[in-house]
Amino acid sequence: MKKNNLFKAISIIPVIIYSITLILLPLLYIFFLSFQKNDSYGGIIYELTLTNYFTIIDLTYLKVFLKSALIGIITTVLCILISYPFALILKNKSSKVQNLCTKLVMVPFLTNSLIRTYGWIVLLRKNGVINATLQALHITNAPLNLMYNNIGIIIGMTYTLLPFMILPLCSAVFKIDKSLIEAAKDLGASRMQIFKNIIVPESISGVFNGSLMVFIPAIGYFFIADILGGGKEMIIGNLIKNQFLTARNWPLGSAISIFLILITFILVKIYQKLGGKMDDLGGM
Amino acid sequence: MKKSFFKNIFIALVFTFLYLPIIILVIYSFNASKMNVLFTTFTFSWYKTLFYNKDLLEAFFNTLIIAATSTIISTIIGTLSAVGLNKYNFFGKSLILKLIYIPIVIPEIVLGISLLSIYTLTKLELGMFTLILSHIAFSIPFVIVSVRTTISKELNSIEEAAKDLGASPLKTFMLITLPIIKPGVVSGATLALTLSLDDVVISYFTAGPGSNTLPLKIYSMIKTGITPDVNALSTLLLLATIIILTVSTITQSRKVVTK
Repeated sequence: MKKNNLFKAISIIPVIIYSITLILLPLLYIFFLSFQKNDSYGGIIYELTLTNYFTIIDLTYLKVFLKSALIGIITTVLCILISYPFALILKNKSSKVQNLCTKLVMVPFLTNSLIRTYGWIVLLRKNGVINATLQALHITNAPLNLMYNNIGIIIGMTYTLLPFMILPLCSAVFKIDKSLIEAAKDLGASRMQIFKNIIVPESISGVFNGSLMVFIPAIGYFFIADILGGGKEMIIGNLIKNQFLTARNWPLGSAISIFLILITFILVKIYQKLGGKMDDLGGM
Repeated sequence: MKKSFFKNIFIALVFTFLYLPIIILVIYSFNASKMNVLFTTFTFSWYKTLFYNKDLLEAFFNTLIIAATSTIISTIIGTLSAVGLNKYNFFGKSLILKLIYIPIVIPEIVLGISLLSIYTLTKLELGMFTLILSHIAFSIPFVIVSVRTTISKELNSIEEAAKDLGASPLKTFMLITLPIIKPGVVSGATLALTLSLDDVVISYFTAGPGSNTLPLKIYSMIKTGITPDVNALSTLLLLATIIILTVSTITQSRKVVTK
């Protein structure tokens, strides 16, 4: 009996301590900070106030929120548009090819994301590989502005987050029973009908899973906006980073973070309502 | 015939998109020109200068230390937690089960700033320790989720049988549970290692002035000017990744064959 309790303690106490000290308390503290004031030296004045929340409903902040949402949505849609055909084409290949291809999708992502983002600079900049190639082939006369703008951010986000869409979508599409599609074909269904009535309903959970894992990081990855947006273009991630490290207004930065947490919770609730399982979000 | 040709082209294009930035870096790591614009002559010199770039190497070793330590600790805690949360009921369990999903779903930046705030509040000095602690914080949930996928009803009944036959919980865990959940533990550990090696956002907020990781070093170099030895280091890292992946794939398929 005693031994039983010992194992119970070993297996449960660490996770309790961990989830309280490194998840719950930090988030509660941020929530608390969001209702405090800051002084002009970057310190915190402990005095309850709603100022920070009034500040973030200001037009300049709302513009950044809107733009982040737009970048997130465009990135998510692009990822879906690339991943669906990819998964559907692979569905008709042997399981050996499927395994190899999903592994090959993961390899680049085992190397550092900053190194890969840097690779995009080399490709996208004015005298970069893509512009040089386009001009050498006389497709364009002058270099295109492919980075230090929103195009650069969207390319970078789509690139960085694509596997989070491809992998869940592939596993959902590969699971669809082939005989279902065969039967529909035999009954004279068109390709569009098969896609609309069989493929989409059967794989929609994968789309939701992927969308969540693409959209949420896309509004927070400040380093991609920094590097490929040239520091001129801001998303919510940059806003929070600046309040914490540059402007040193932690209460305001906390309020923006709470807003971001709220958006995340709403999206997760929608995901769960649509039948998504939480455990599916953690796997790669 | 024509249709399958276009389909294969599409797959090839997706892989080109995924691999292009990496291939470019590999090519330029052998380029004599420092400006990276035109390929002039083939050289190994950046690989030599890499070994004299103390800052870059130090950041690289820091990254390895943090990744190794945080992976080991988060794999142990994550595995034990997954088993414990499956086996036992206790007060507040439903709250814990909700909390562990938070690091998976909330934007990394929120986790980063909240950890920074709590470290500042508790006057914990930012450095290697806070970096390792933060990496453990975001890795544990991924290990738990990964291990949970291998815990089934059958496992529970086998454990029950072992208990009835008089095995202690620890013995049951070591001899029965662990061998069964091993695939989940391995994939959880791999995920933790990958996340730690790659992390930019959380490290950005929880690193101290004296502790640099490779991603952070490259981030600051992108702003001040990157040297081609970074390309050389990236190429070496890529090579290591491919070797590890190939070896693990081969050993896995061998096991299947011998079975």
